[in-house]
Amino acid sequence: MTNEDMIRWLEGIADALHENAQYLTELDAAIGDADHGTNMDRGFTAVRAKFPAMQTMDMAGQLKTVGSTLVSTVGGASGPLYGTAFLRAGNAIAGKTDLSAADVVAMLEAFLGGIVARGKAQPGEKTMVDALTPALTAAKTALQEGAGLAEVTARAAAAAEEGMKATIPMLATKGRASYLGERSIGHQDPGATSSWLMLRCLAEVCAGSV
Amino acid sequence: MKKLINKPEDVVKEALAGMAAAHADLITVDIENQVIVRKDAPVQGKVGIISGGGSGHEPMHGGFVGFGMLDAACPGAVFTSPVPDQMLIATKAVNGGAGVLHIVKNYTGDVMNFEMAAELAEAEGIHVESVVTNDDVAVQDSLYTAGRRGVGVTVLLEKIVGGFAQTGAPLDQVAALARKVNAQGRSMGMALTPCTVPTAGKPTFELGEDEMEIGIGIHGEPGRRRVKLAPADEITEMLATPVIEDLGLKSGENVLAFVNGMGGTPLIELYIVYNALNRILKGKNINIVRSLVGSYITSLEMAGCSITLVRMDDELIKYWDAPVHTPALRWGM
Repeated sequence: MTNEDMIRWLEGIADALHENAQYLTELDAAIGDADHGTNMDRGFTAVRAKFPAMQTMDMAGQLKTVGSTLVSTVGGASGPLYGTAFLRAGNAIAGKTDLSAADVVAMLEAFLGGIVARGKAQPGEKTMVDALTPALTAAKTALQEGAGLAEVTARAAAAAEEGMKATIPMLATKGRASYLGERSIGHQDPGATSSWLMLRCLAEVCAGSV
Repeated sequence: MKKLINKPEDVVKEALAGMAAAHADLITVDIENQVIVRKDAPVQGKVGIISGGGSGHEPMHGGFVGFGMLDAACPGAVFTSPVPDQMLIATKAVNGGAGVLHIVKNYTGDVMNFEMAAELAEAEGIHVESVVTNDDVAVQDSLYTAGRRGVGVTVLLEKIVGGFAQTGAPLDQVAALARKVNAQGRSMGMALTPCTVPTAGKPTFELGEDEMEIGIGIHGEPGRRRVKLAPADEITEMLATPVIEDLGLKSGENVLAFVNGMGGTPLIELYIVYNALNRILKGKNINIVRSLVGSYITSLEMAGCSITLVRMDDELIKYWDAPVHTPALRWGM
């Protein structure tokens, strides 16, 4: 994966979050305060504006720019969580100009690590961690089995989708949804949904790779 | 969606411009960065006090900026925590050399963004203390939730602590008083209707004509439970009882009673609730020494109310009574 692929990934995320802004907001209305879609769209619209400057950055610099942009524009819980995720993901690939499958897995591990460090959620609490944790596990397994970048990211995206759907019956014990108690059961978590969209876009960009 | 707005995406900026114009004698507003600052900031030698949160709760917090209350407020997008950049700008703007107090309502986003901001401020050599408000009794079990929400007590705390800071008290004492007010206050709210976030375009939940939500927060989210609509006296009982019990209020104690409108409920109804609350407290021999009735911490146009009781002593009464001049509260000057 090169820095042009990275920008294509980020552009894919920006498009996906824009297209799904209303859907994410509706998910967030059911168990939150109806702003997740709008906030993420705003954040990645600001990221999009930085693509020209990112052309000449290395991939670590690109991801760190995304991180700080999200912190400064998204607000809510998603800003610090995704902001820290991208900042740490950037740090994990410092100095690299071409990412191997192993590098991408390390990047995903740091991404999830940033979210857990900032938000302190564990799996099963009905958050983005419930999409990202199985995604990382699937990516690592695929890597161990000798899979290339295309398969690693495809399996990560598929696991994220399953994890996202698995949040539906969960009782929320983190974030705004937790105030609803049992009324949070039966609704898909918006943060897990935006996380899945990010991984789906990654798989799409890496689909052509070996 | 029937709102008195122009384009949904311009709501916050236009409202800030309106506030800046309406209260030019009290505040200056950085519209681009979304920071509202007391006109004479920084006040040298005084602890600077800032707070912030999503827009949509007006007058909280921007309407409380001025003499005797907040030095700055950071409004985010509607119902969305502000970003660390805003808090850093505000912290620097109010730093009078005596440190800065951050008043943070207990919501995941608010806490995280304020934490990041405090780290940035400390890195720039400004001493920051943070106090979290978590007075909502509707959320019972902290182990399995994000913790109790910061709601009505926040308004009362900002006034009391603002009054104390005006005397030139040091930061550690100002922070201690803030924690004391938070510890002595409890709240509970209810809604008759949902509200509509402008950029979402539709209500945050659906309520039938004969239904109400008990145990709401301030962000339009559904409450703990949905029950059949009841008369105001019963509603007041449903809110006041858990507050009184959780606070352990005993016969002979003194309280500040705050009946707050969620934004869409008229004052005439808030006074009916206060009437019922007054009767309930009298029946338990709990003395109301101060009161506040009105829409001060709102949720856009949501109809409903919240009740906050704070156990008062001479110190808290003194700083509650101290002069204040902000867009939303003014007495003693």
